[in-house]
Amino acid sequence: MAAVNRPVQYLATLFLWLASLHCAALVIPEDRADAMYHSYDGGGVTIDGPSILVRKGFKEKVSVYANYYQDMVSSASIDVLTSGSKYSEERTEYSIGADYLVDRALLSFGYTNSTESDYDAKTFSFGVSQDFFGDMTTLSLGYSRGDDEVRRNNSDGSSDFVGDAQRQRYSLGLSQILTRRWIISFSAETVVDDGFLRNPYRQIRYIPSIGGEVGYAPEAYPETRNSDAFAVRTMYYLPYRASVRFEARAFNDSWGIKAENYEIRYTHPIRSRMLLEIKGRRYSQNQADFYQDLFPFENSHEFMARDKELSTFSSNSFGLGLTYEFAFKLPFAKKHSASLYWDFIQFDYENFRNALLSKKGSEEEIAKYRVGEEPTYAFEANVIRIFYTVNY
Amino acid sequence: MLRVIGIFLMILAFSGCTSFKPWVKPYERGLLADPIMAFDRDPVASKYLMHVYEAREAARGAEGGAGGGCGCG
Repeated sequence: MAAVNRPVQYLATLFLWLASLHCAALVIPEDRADAMYHSYDGGGVTIDGPSILVRKGFKEKVSVYANYYQDMVSSASIDVLTSGSKYSEERTEYSIGADYLVDRALLSFGYTNSTESDYDAKTFSFGVSQDFFGDMTTLSLGYSRGDDEVRRNNSDGSSDFVGDAQRQRYSLGLSQILTRRWIISFSAETVVDDGFLRNPYRQIRYIPSIGGEVGYAPEAYPETRNSDAFAVRTMYYLPYRASVRFEARAFNDSWGIKAENYEIRYTHPIRSRMLLEIKGRRYSQNQADFYQDLFPFENSHEFMARDKELSTFSSNSFGLGLTYEFAFKLPFAKKHSASLYWDFIQFDYENFRNALLSKKGSEEEIAKYRVGEEPTYAFEANVIRIFYTVNY
Repeated sequence: MLRVIGIFLMILAFSGCTSFKPWVKPYERGLLADPIMAFDRDPVASKYLMHVYEAREAARGAEGGAGGGCGCG
């Protein structure tokens, strides 16, 4: 605990010190309410539900918000079908928070509570933002702590507690105005995980003994994970009214994973009431040190994972978004708009094989693909966000 | 990384309250105030997409804008 508390105290001292400086002019976030329907459909998984966010400011000093969010999950993913059967469940998340303008520094506090049948998560966060250099530079610091409880549901409807997990995040952000048209921002974040970090249902598979069938056993993960991520984002206002945004991010962690992603986004107004957004994104990562698609035998390693999110893979995304601001006025609102965003994502795994082709399927498939020789897995996902926004 | 952050903050803080003259004056920032120049124009939507990425990718952190933990294991 001492190792965890020291950086917290260190950052808390810096927060208070920064908050006491008098040299900047920040404002609280604008008042708005959003009602969104979200949908994810890909790889045998469909997740959809609502998200409602309301934010209201008082006397230009305090802004409070509340967010209700729900996931309705129906999963027949390759993980689920390989070692279990299709399931449905719900996750509900409530968030509340406040931003407080004090001595011209913006202090932020937040709390999130997420519950599902086998997983509870509580997260506290706080941060501070401050402008420098004639308001051309904005510095932000953040800290959050999450405490999770992991359970395993049994087929008879009961559930067993399997472990706790703690997550702490330390973030630093710096945005800089470069010219009248150009702005850039840098982000760094360290995440420290401790506790039960694996999925209690997912299994590794190992080579069958001669004449036997492929074996399955629970995954075994380390109980700590530390990661660092660094990102740069920049936006440029084009010679006509449109903007282009570029993002690059690099990531590495103590499990041996290195990842990077790049994104370019173009935003273009159409007449006076519409905004069109087009974007492309590429993500790639290498595997965790203890990941294997097929282990040589049961308990062959101290740590073993067969989570495709810990394998070597890449994804490509294409996104389109459209926002329309309504012409008719609401009596209490400055403006209101409707938005539709669609993202199409292709996932291509390099060393995660489609185990269903040797486990299930026709006799020909079983004969064609021996365990460990199946084609690598790939799938596509569609992500939809539809939301209505009122600014007041 | 925390030590680097601390040193950086001290440099910034000690130089931040001097009589610095910005090369982009406040009245020259009209284009930057246009909504199309917001890094995170719709927090409710960007937070959801970050949640999708975090559930499908091993990388986490430095997402920018609205981040946060969730029970998405």
